[in-house]
Amino acid sequence: MSLEGVQTVGSARRRTARTADGLPEGRVRRALGSRRIRDLGLKVTGVLTVLVALELCARLGVLSRDWFPPMTDTYVELAKLAFGHPLWTEIGRTLSGWALGIGLAALLAIPIGVLLGSNRTAYRLSRVVIEFCRPVPSVALIPLAVLVYGVGLEMKVFLIVFVTFWPILLQVIYGVQDVDPLVYDTARSYGLPPRARFFRITLPSAAPYIATGLRIASAIALVLAVTAELVVGAPGLGQSIVVAQSNANLPRMYALIIVTGLVGWALNTAFQAIERRLLRWHPSQRAEVAS
Amino acid sequence: MSAVTRAPRKGTGRRALGLLLELALPAALLIGYGLWSHRAQSFYFPPLGEILEYFGELWLFDRVGSDLVPSLLRMLAGYAVSVVLGVALGLLLGMSRLLRTAAEPVVEFLRALPAPALIPFALLMFGAGDGSKVFVIVLGALWPILLNTIDGVRGVDTQQLDMARSYRIPLAARIAHIILPGASPRIFAGMRTSLAIAIILMVVSEMVASSNGLGYFVLEQQRSFAIPEMWTGIILLGVLGYVLNWLFLRVERRVLAWHRGARGLSAETATPAPSTPSSTEKTDA
Repeated sequence: MSLEGVQTVGSARRRTARTADGLPEGRVRRALGSRRIRDLGLKVTGVLTVLVALELCARLGVLSRDWFPPMTDTYVELAKLAFGHPLWTEIGRTLSGWALGIGLAALLAIPIGVLLGSNRTAYRLSRVVIEFCRPVPSVALIPLAVLVYGVGLEMKVFLIVFVTFWPILLQVIYGVQDVDPLVYDTARSYGLPPRARFFRITLPSAAPYIATGLRIASAIALVLAVTAELVVGAPGLGQSIVVAQSNANLPRMYALIIVTGLVGWALNTAFQAIERRLLRWHPSQRAEVAS
Repeated sequence: MSAVTRAPRKGTGRRALGLLLELALPAALLIGYGLWSHRAQSFYFPPLGEILEYFGELWLFDRVGSDLVPSLLRMLAGYAVSVVLGVALGLLLGMSRLLRTAAEPVVEFLRALPAPALIPFALLMFGAGDGSKVFVIVLGALWPILLNTIDGVRGVDTQQLDMARSYRIPLAARIAHIILPGASPRIFAGMRTSLAIAIILMVVSEMVASSNGLGYFVLEQQRSFAIPEMWTGIILLGVLGYVLNWLFLRVERRVLAWHRGARGLSAETATPAPSTPSSTEKTDA
């Protein structure tokens, strides 16, 4: 969710509404365009300010040279890494854990969530277990996962599945429970078979909840993947950060931290874009824009 | 949700039956595990009785002072800093469009950066002491509070704001009496997400370059293959997460009681539901 997205779209609406009062549309579009350019300029300025500040701090010795090399060194290292093979392998390793984990968690959580969401008794049976398992800090299980699965990909996937299962499950349950009963009863009284009711009513109305669950799960999964690599040394971005640090190759360490951030940012953005595209028809997307 | 147990008032017998139903699965799981672990003699999954025995030995109250208390203090310190920083920055960014736009890319980047990746940086900057751990907790727990505060501030009733301005109510009073109360439901939503993140980061930061704390304890027991001891740590962390979440919900209910009253919501319907897509609540870690 962009900080500004809601408001710009909101104000765009207000402006288009005003065109109905007779303002020429061209001028509105131009005003909107210039505003977008101004915003872009502001954003670039914001990023540049931070980068220049960091550079100055490093050069002037406000931040000690011992642990904070000038940002320019980091950029050089970043460029070197980007054209080298290992970086992409490491990213691939981290992301393969992420993808397998989320995929398995979704495969498990969505059917179970649909079952628990549509069956009251099943929900009540499992409520206490869910409520208890959810707030348990996931990382406490790292030692167990290492014992059972070693330090490879399996361990990462186990952790991610175990942890992301809960947010997806909860979202699916609430999504299924939130189906408009009027719509559902109407369908039933018109004799729609259960299969069609499920695919035409339950699933579409639960879809935005599922999407939210997956988006939350994606961020958590990345954190867990990096944590597992960092703490127990499973191969991936987290491990290479630790290796760079213990080799006292600080520019590389900072470059890798930046890469990790970029990966997280790219995943976030991708999820939001897909969600917006696939669920354009759903009121929740419109409500979010209008609020 | 407690709504399920409370909503129907159909006599005590019915309610008891409901309670029985809800406790059936946990009881079955525990008994099942007990029976299985007793028979299987698995090295990784020791019998429940053994774990409980060790739990009593270790945590009543031998290691409370050496591991539990330092962990909790670090977490609470990090959490407190996140709340103060998040609300203050959120107010600033929520009220100024210029700053908000300028800060957006940086905030988005830092939010997406998995906080544990910053542990090596924190170690370099603050050394292996408490400072680095608090720093990592803040860098993870800050974002949900910040983003929710921004949204909350922007969602404040504009009519109230305009009226306050036309009555020349000074800015400080406007913040204290209109903006902060108006944004508080969202701020609390962010704080609840952050609490879970803070606990997680507390454990992770203690797993790297540490000499005490719960995270250190759990990992250390695993490394020395003290399996039942490791399990006691995992169980304690689970209980801790559960209790802190429960405490937070109590506080939230108390503090936001006026909000429910003002909006005419019953306590039931207003139990903080998990993030629905219709609200823009930012739950992502």
